[in-house]
Amino acid sequence: MEFAIEIQDLKKQFGDFIAVDGISFSIPKGKIFGFLGPNGSGKSTTIRMLCGVLRPTSGKGTVLGLDILQDAEKIKQNIGYMSQKFGLYEDLTILENLQFFASIYGIPKKELGCRIDEILDLCALRGRENAIVGILSGGWKQRVALGCSLLHKPALLILDEPTAGVDPVSRRVFWEVIHTLSREGITILVTTHYMDEAESCDILGFIYRGKIIALGSVGEIMEENNNKNIEDIFISYVEKISDIKVRGSFRDMKDHIE
Amino acid sequence: MNFQRFMSIVRKEFIHIRRDKASMVIAFIAPIMMLFLFGFAVKIDIENVEMAVVDWDQSTASREFVQKLKNTDYFIDKYYVSRDQDAIDLIDRGLVKVAVIFPPGFEKDIHKGKEAEVQFLIDGSDSTVSRTALPSAVMTANQYSVQLKTEAMEKKGAMAMGGKAGVAAKARVLYNQEMDSIKFTIPGLVGLVIQNITIILTAFALVRERERGTLEQLIITPIRPIELILGKLTPYVLIGFMNFGMVMILAIVVFHMDIQGNVPLLLVLSACFVICALSMGLIISTVAKTQLQAMQLSLLALLPSVLLSGFVFPREAMPKPIYMMGYGIPLTYYLQIIRGIVLKGVGIEYIYQQVILLILFTILLISIAIFRFKKRLD
Ligand SMILES: Nc1ncnc2c1ncn2[C@@H]1O[C@H](COP(=O)(O)OP(=O)(O)OP(=O)(O)O)[C@@H](O)[C@H]1O
Ligand SMILES: [Mg+2]
Repeated sequence: MEFAIEIQDLKKQFGDFIAVDGISFSIPKGKIFGFLGPNGSGKSTTIRMLCGVLRPTSGKGTVLGLDILQDAEKIKQNIGYMSQKFGLYEDLTILENLQFFASIYGIPKKELGCRIDEILDLCALRGRENAIVGILSGGWKQRVALGCSLLHKPALLILDEPTAGVDPVSRRVFWEVIHTLSREGITILVTTHYMDEAESCDILGFIYRGKIIALGSVGEIMEENNNKNIEDIFISYVEKISDIKVRGSFRDMKDHIE
Repeated sequence: MNFQRFMSIVRKEFIHIRRDKASMVIAFIAPIMMLFLFGFAVKIDIENVEMAVVDWDQSTASREFVQKLKNTDYFIDKYYVSRDQDAIDLIDRGLVKVAVIFPPGFEKDIHKGKEAEVQFLIDGSDSTVSRTALPSAVMTANQYSVQLKTEAMEKKGAMAMGGKAGVAAKARVLYNQEMDSIKFTIPGLVGLVIQNITIILTAFALVRERERGTLEQLIITPIRPIELILGKLTPYVLIGFMNFGMVMILAIVVFHMDIQGNVPLLLVLSACFVICALSMGLIISTVAKTQLQAMQLSLLALLPSVLLSGFVFPREAMPKPIYMMGYGIPLTYYLQIIRGIVLKGVGIEYIYQQVILLILFTILLISIAIFRFKKRLD
């Protein structure tokens, strides 16, 4: 099997705080990998190391067959990335942002207009091309960011909480695009705190306090945990490792307090 | 270096500047405001300097000379006192800046064809007055002398040609013997304004990306540091040049600055200085984490350059260590260059040392800026 991402014992230390503590996983090409974990567990840090903008303290890995330590610049040319914090220019219009990133990725002038048209259709951005990005709603902004990360036809797409703060309808529009891309053979690494989204991934990885605590296909993980839903599995993992007692469901919480 | 990527940064930066009110104000209104504020604060003092008159002679000639002084629009005869000490007291109390003393026999000397003396006391603690009062007084005296000579010639014919008839202004500067011409300030001001605007504008350039989170998205693209830095620098270089043009034209039209030396040479060296100032701004940009920090760091860089470069205080009068510190500031060299070219009309052969140092500084600062900007987050 060919892997889009392979990492071994990857570790990142900030001062004496270990943000990522020796994690390893391999993602086969063409799969959607859901990277789950509580706040501060080390998801974004791992992603930044994969993209070559953070240097790992130790460990090694390859992305699209390229070494993350040596070939960082080549990796950048071949991956699409959406940062957790909105990273586009709020004072530019949708079109200006797309044009900017297209020329940064070196898309030739001749193909540029054509490629932008494709992206506008794919990410459902038609009709507001000349709107300033700063005034768009959360759902629109995230679709523009997705569009910008797809311009250069990357083989691997890395999305860091792309649907945080996005309403249920826009989330579904967004995930439809993700599945369309996956069908075209693009590998996708996505982090999310929404367990309904996680269930539609091919492979899931749970990270907690910088360590991978579960890894496998959605089916395998559900089987191991007696077919509970992913949200309950997530909570039970956290309970098992820490001493935090988490109340089962939000409805229970309401009943209990009444 | 990829030209397409470089140009896309330039284009984007221009859009930012155009859509950001603060940048537009700093780029286009602030330089004019600064020039006028500094320039007029100086200019107001040039006119209407109040003067005490001590007239021991009480003659037509002395009264005529006072009238000549008043006609310059520079002096106002505010007080007439009868003793020299009274005039000095008035200066001490800050009521007048200048006193003029006519000795007894002033008129008689003129009629005898001797050189009559008139004494000026000038308050040197006010540097603008002390810089300008003396030339004005001397000029008035010279003109009066010429007039007297012409009159004498008309009366006595060519015979009087060899006579020394005239008035010599003898000045004593009180308190502060350092004296400069007002013209000294304006070219320096041009340099200062250009520096301030460009440093502040560029200091914000990268910090804004870092603060808004757009830098993370940008460094994950194949862009190279040199493309990013030069792309960011270019729009501000153009704005810096434009500012320079604007400020120069205003200095010439409003403040009557005339350039004695070679204009193209001045333009080339000013371009170099603009790039130097921009690099300083970029370095600040790579150090500061927020726009507020960038502002504070810019001020930290600007203040010493105002004080140590010789813009306000003559460097020769500074203690040795402070004087040496001035060599670490690019504005020091640029001030010597622009003053040399504008005021003295000197060519490159007189200022080549400053030029070399300015160029070295520029190269050094740009290299530091590019080196400091690494494509990593840690
Ligand atoms: N540059 C840094 N310096 C010091 N500590 C950092 C740095 N970046 C991240 N951390 C710390 O590392 C830990 C992991 O952060 P990370 O952003 O990877 O978490 P995350 O899983 O993405 O969380 P979230 O769901 O909130 O995005 C956090 O405790 C964070 O405070
Ligand atoms: Mg994160």
